[in-house]
Amino acid sequence: MDPTTFRQQVLFLWLDHSGLDGRVVGWAFHDGADLANQCNEQPYARGVDALADGWRLFQVSQLSAQPAGQELQGSFLQHEFVFERWVPRG
Amino acid sequence: MAEPTLLTTSQMAEFVARGFLEFPGLIEADLNAAAVDELDQISATWGSPERPFAPSSGDPLDCIYPDPSAVGAVLRHRVVAGAIHSLVGHDATFDHDFVHLRLPGDVFQQPLHADAIIDTSTSFDIQVFYFPHEVAADGGGTGFVPGTHLRQVHETAVGRYQHLAGERQWTGPAGSVVVFHQGLWHRGMPNPGAARRLMYKIRLNPVRAQRRLWDTSDLAALHGDHRDHIFATFDMASVAGMLRRRERWMGEADFRLELVARARLWRYLTGDDRFDVDWYLTRIESHAAIDHGDATIGLAQ
Repeated sequence: MDPTTFRQQVLFLWLDHSGLDGRVVGWAFHDGADLANQCNEQPYARGVDALADGWRLFQVSQLSAQPAGQELQGSFLQHEFVFERWVPRG
Repeated sequence: MAEPTLLTTSQMAEFVARGFLEFPGLIEADLNAAAVDELDQISATWGSPERPFAPSSGDPLDCIYPDPSAVGAVLRHRVVAGAIHSLVGHDATFDHDFVHLRLPGDVFQQPLHADAIIDTSTSFDIQVFYFPHEVAADGGGTGFVPGTHLRQVHETAVGRYQHLAGERQWTGPAGSVVVFHQGLWHRGMPNPGAARRLMYKIRLNPVRAQRRLWDTSDLAALHGDHRDHIFATFDMASVAGMLRRRERWMGEADFRLELVARARLWRYLTGDDRFDVDWYLTRIESHAAIDHGDATIGLAQ
């Protein structure tokens, strides 16, 4: 992809379980072509819907056991999927 | 001062489940107007010897913002005082406070965060948010995520989450008060509207175990026992039923851990070390007792 003419868009989706067909419970969006571009409405119902819309999946959170002694303690959202697509520079 | 109106058991359960309580339009107009003047004075003199009523960390609650302070009158309002006494005790102490001003057109949005630093304790502080003005939907009301208060995260480590399902942004009439558990994820929001948005926030520390400080006259009727189990027999009108409130950002695995965290907090608040929601703690504790050879503690008890 030519970086002089294209920019990356990144979409984080957090799903309600570890499968890509899980329900979207959180999201974040960054647009390299227009930093003011925001995504305030939930973009997809499920993770796979992003694939169907042309996003490329490039990172998935690992499945890991809770640290010993912390098995019952919640912290960050566990099921994070990161997508990208390339769009013409504005 | 009017006798504080202590929280009910249902309100306490709602606080444990969601991490906040809201009191829209609580403070009357005259006091709101006086508070705006005082908050503007505080803001204009912040950090200087001229700041009116400047409290120090550790000061007893009943010594800060003495009469004729309007901020003090808000804190001593019977409902506000009742919530404070119920959650952190009448002898709570001052941690810090701040006047948050958002001018019209301010586009800055804070990253989502939990205040202070990561905190592994069960005892908790509260933060009282007071909005002396009406806050419209485009008015820069504080954003927050119900049900996040019992997760252990460090400050802006959750700033990656731009949006979580079920998130809220405060809107409400003038004189609204919202009380947060210290751990609730929140953020200052842009104020694209035309109105100046002023908000006062104060953090209060307990000085003793926060045990049965609310109006417990309805506790026996609602408390239930450790056998309240959604997959066996249960009462959705009980405390366990109230603690089962699920937020939209929670998956099933998240939700079950939240039930455990809420049950543990309810144990702390009531002193009932066997209280449970959906048998999760009872099961684990029984297994642990068996593993350690303690035959006197088990599921049959």
